[in-house]
Amino acid sequence: MRRVLFLAWLTLQEVGRRRLLWIGLALGAVYLAVYAWGFRAAFGEYLGERPRSEEMARAMALGLAMAGLYGVNFLVVMLSVLASVDTLSGEIASGSIQTIVAKPLRRWEVVLGKWLAFFLLVLSLVAALGGGVLGITWGWSGYWPHNVPEGLALLVLEGAVLISLSLAGGARLSTLSNGVLIFMLFGVAFLGSWVEQFGALMHNESAVQIGILTSLILPTEALWRRASYLMQPPDTTFAASPFGALSVPSSAMVVYALLYGAAALALAFRAFNGRDL
Amino acid sequence: MASAPAIRTRGLRKEYGRTVAVAGVDLEVEPGQVVGLLGPNGAGKTTLIKMLLGLVRPTAGEAFVLGRPVSDWRVRGRIGFLPEHFRFQDWLTGREFLEAHGRLYGLPAQERRERAQELLEMLGLARHAERPLREFSKGMLQRVGLAQALLCRPELVFLDEPTSGLDPLGRLLVRDVLRQLRAGGTTVFLNSHLLSEVELTSDWVAFMRRGQLVRAGPLAQLLSGAVEVQVRAQPREPETQIDWGEFGDAWPQGDGGWRLRLASEEQVPDVVEKLVAQGVRVYAVEPRRLSLEELFLQVMEGEEAG
Repeated sequence: MRRVLFLAWLTLQEVGRRRLLWIGLALGAVYLAVYAWGFRAAFGEYLGERPRSEEMARAMALGLAMAGLYGVNFLVVMLSVLASVDTLSGEIASGSIQTIVAKPLRRWEVVLGKWLAFFLLVLSLVAALGGGVLGITWGWSGYWPHNVPEGLALLVLEGAVLISLSLAGGARLSTLSNGVLIFMLFGVAFLGSWVEQFGALMHNESAVQIGILTSLILPTEALWRRASYLMQPPDTTFAASPFGALSVPSSAMVVYALLYGAAALALAFRAFNGRDL
Repeated sequence: MASAPAIRTRGLRKEYGRTVAVAGVDLEVEPGQVVGLLGPNGAGKTTLIKMLLGLVRPTAGEAFVLGRPVSDWRVRGRIGFLPEHFRFQDWLTGREFLEAHGRLYGLPAQERRERAQELLEMLGLARHAERPLREFSKGMLQRVGLAQALLCRPELVFLDEPTSGLDPLGRLLVRDVLRQLRAGGTTVFLNSHLLSEVELTSDWVAFMRRGQLVRAGPLAQLLSGAVEVQVRAQPREPETQIDWGEFGDAWPQGDGGWRLRLASEEQVPDVVEKLVAQGVRVYAVEPRRLSLEELFLQVMEGEEAG
């Protein structure tokens, strides 16, 4: 386990060296600043023009919080893929992996060390940005969404699934092919999710089934929908929006996503183990 | 009890699709030897080394290092490796890099600190230890790469083109390191295009061509076996051709001179006897040992002709 932790540390150093971490932190701070500014402007102005109503204030705060978390969700997807997409394929192409793999360690330890590093990165991002969005919301409005730990955990799971998939692809494919593959899969799942939502709105069962099928191909968008559903009250008015869910992915989909992530990581172990370096 | 060979392969083969990179190599290297692996580009040398390190999976055959199958990851704790086209984590300083790789070898903190310092001094990098690797010259990178290969005090070291990018002083330093390794009983497996380096440092050489091991043995024996003979001789009748018979073709050098390659020095009296029997007047016969470069060309040309 010490080797895995050391490889994770080495990977985080690499991320830091590429300035990805610092750019992420700086843009994260900008994101929160913009959210705080926007929240104050929208929330204050809206309530200032109308007689204060608890129900209206809550709906306003909820809508802004969900919009903020939707942005965090998008950043989780981007960071998970962009940070990890060339970690194996890049080091294989440059040859720097050879001096590491020629040491007394098992290849899966290299993959697990990298996975752990990116997982910690995603965890930090969700904690900092998700926590930031919710903190700002609470600070200005006193509103705190439902099931926050479960909702944020699903965002972390979304990142973990993408990291596993990215490592599995990186063990076999070039960086470019791997990146294209993952974003295409994400695009299919994203589109499918919208088809599912419209299907639910129009009571079209086939469209809903298409959405579920695309979630099986890549369950990331379903995880966001589930997180969004959990964090909103049952009487929400934001169900039919990018921040809500008319067709709610079941908890079985969460279990499926966990298994999907584990299978992708196992595939990464297997692919890297059999790879000539 | 005799110790296990440092390297042993049986029918080791690697195919990439329809291309055969290594075509069934049988090799046995005794511990403590410095082995030079020679061959033209694309001969399969690097693939062979990578298979011995578990970096490339063989298509067929078996390979053992230090008495263990190459698939046993633990054995790599006793092996050092300097790859041919190496790239390192260039944001680390020289010292951090060595300590990081010491951790990958599982060395305790105190030992890896001391060993890193010892190797930085040994390879003339002590005063650059706190500089990031991206500021190192190619030669300095090669030396720090060599240092990481020696971190675990290896019993077996694979060096793929260790003098690449080094100036004459750097080469001298590497030669000195190889001498120290040999004196310490370390087996060194050296792949180099610089035949003069191999000749100076190796005591056993193996020639590869098109994925096959075409000749291998102690360097002194291989060099003493093959001789080139300068012959000055004239047939009694000017229009008569000299018959070199089983000694193969001789290259005319002009003015009655001939150059002849023989498998061993023992054949020299036979050549003279054959010439005299033909009535050829023999003025001079000068056997000369081949250099490794000449032996290399002879082996490669011989294989080409074969």
